[in-house]
Amino acid sequence: MTPEPAGIVVVGASLAGLRGAEALRRGGYDGPLTLVGAEPHRPYDRPPLSKHVLAGALEADATRLPELTSLRARWRLGSAAVALDRAARTVRLADGSVLAYDKLLVATGAQARPWPAETGGDLAGIHTLRGRDDARTLRTALVAGPRHVLIVGAGLIGCEAASCLRDLGLPVTLADPHPAPLANSFGTFVGGVIAGCLRDAGAVFRPGTQVKAFEGDAAGRVVRARLADGSALEADLVIAALGAVRATGWLRRADLMADPGGLTCDAACRARAADGTACPDIYAAGDVARWPIPLYEGRLVCVEHWGNAVEQASHAARNMLAGPGDQRPYTHLPAFWSSQFGINIKLVGLTAGADSVAVVQGSRASRRFLAVYGQAGRSIAALSFDQARWLPAYAGAILAGAAFPPILDATDQPRIERADPGFSPSRASASAPRPVEVFHA
Amino acid sequence: MKSVGRAGALRVVVDLNRCQGYAQCCYVAPDDFALRGHEILFYDPAPAAARRGTIERAVQACPVRAISLQAAPDDGEAP
Repeated sequence: MTPEPAGIVVVGASLAGLRGAEALRRGGYDGPLTLVGAEPHRPYDRPPLSKHVLAGALEADATRLPELTSLRARWRLGSAAVALDRAARTVRLADGSVLAYDKLLVATGAQARPWPAETGGDLAGIHTLRGRDDARTLRTALVAGPRHVLIVGAGLIGCEAASCLRDLGLPVTLADPHPAPLANSFGTFVGGVIAGCLRDAGAVFRPGTQVKAFEGDAAGRVVRARLADGSALEADLVIAALGAVRATGWLRRADLMADPGGLTCDAACRARAADGTACPDIYAAGDVARWPIPLYEGRLVCVEHWGNAVEQASHAARNMLAGPGDQRPYTHLPAFWSSQFGINIKLVGLTAGADSVAVVQGSRASRRFLAVYGQAGRSIAALSFDQARWLPAYAGAILAGAAFPPILDATDQPRIERADPGFSPSRASASAPRPVEVFHA
Repeated sequence: MKSVGRAGALRVVVDLNRCQGYAQCCYVAPDDFALRGHEILFYDPAPAAARRGTIERAVQACPVRAISLQAAPDDGEAP
């Protein structure tokens, strides 16, 4: 098969791919530009899917992203990249076509972690929520009026979905192995606030609960979850909110540092070959990229946040157009938002490894507060529950590596109290060498 | 607020990391932007094309420039 003409190929047509392509054009790139997307849709925004789309306030197809620059691109949508040949500089697509590239931007993102088929994952009525089509399917199933909804996993998606479903008046149980919701993101000290929200909203939160398998009826529809303690939970609709796996399967034979945890990059967003050398013609950005974050001692992280997709893609594009002697390191302060139970939640920084937390404004009881996380006497992250306007000041403290707590007293409290953030032991030892950390939005 | 969602609609996205809840968009374009609770911004990502002038005023009114609106028609051989 004759390869098509070369140029820059962007694999992944979601937020990072789109903003990366725009940055290439804004940066003066005038050559051939191709965007490859596994889904048949032009780039769309995902955060509303688990909020307003589930709630029925927005149609699933309403969130197409604005395209902010004239891209003059060729769109190859609906046919995923399935293989990369670095020597030949080609990408093969699922439809068999082959695209040649001079430079490649990998922005394939991540996929919802599915429930394993051998423990019931194939049963009808088990949903994941990642893409527009997932949201549409789930919304249709919710409108049909399920009798018992079980959400497995009390991370951000699980909690946002629980909040929406309670707004819809549906019976919801949220099961998670941790003692509190959002325990991985925020620790149990703050997660307990969300446990209170769930309770007040009429959802059943089941902490310390391990779902082992799903069981179905004769028609192959899920009817219950079997728990680790042998008991069962009735469920005719399940949302498996188990986090994501990075979409690197198509790189399996490309001899890159790629696995389900991500594609490892150097400081300049260049993909690393299996021998550790940086590929001068392959860059990565967004959820799929595993990169050394300067703000946190250069440890390798995947930051699955909207803001990182935008910023890292722009940075990678800038480096793609710059010479080998002008490769700038990517510096970024992670940040994300969530809305659930009527609360606007925003975080800046990474909480992993925090040994302390302090409420510097407001209170957990009022569900309006600003909390700062500390590690070894340094402020590493700040979290706002409905106090977003104060957050930039604390972002500055985190960027500056300010002492923890960053303030010693406040107008509403004489002395800032420190507390144990309540991360699980494996999480608390984040400073120990580990292959990768992933932060979900 | 009920979005059009399909062909002909405008395309809007708000950087909610950047948004500080100043709510200027809600004053300028109350049919397209609204605050829920204390500071959750809910907006229509696909307003009808006739609303372009109003949305453009909301983009200008945002003190932190968090709102993006697609200015030109799509290009490329798009589906």
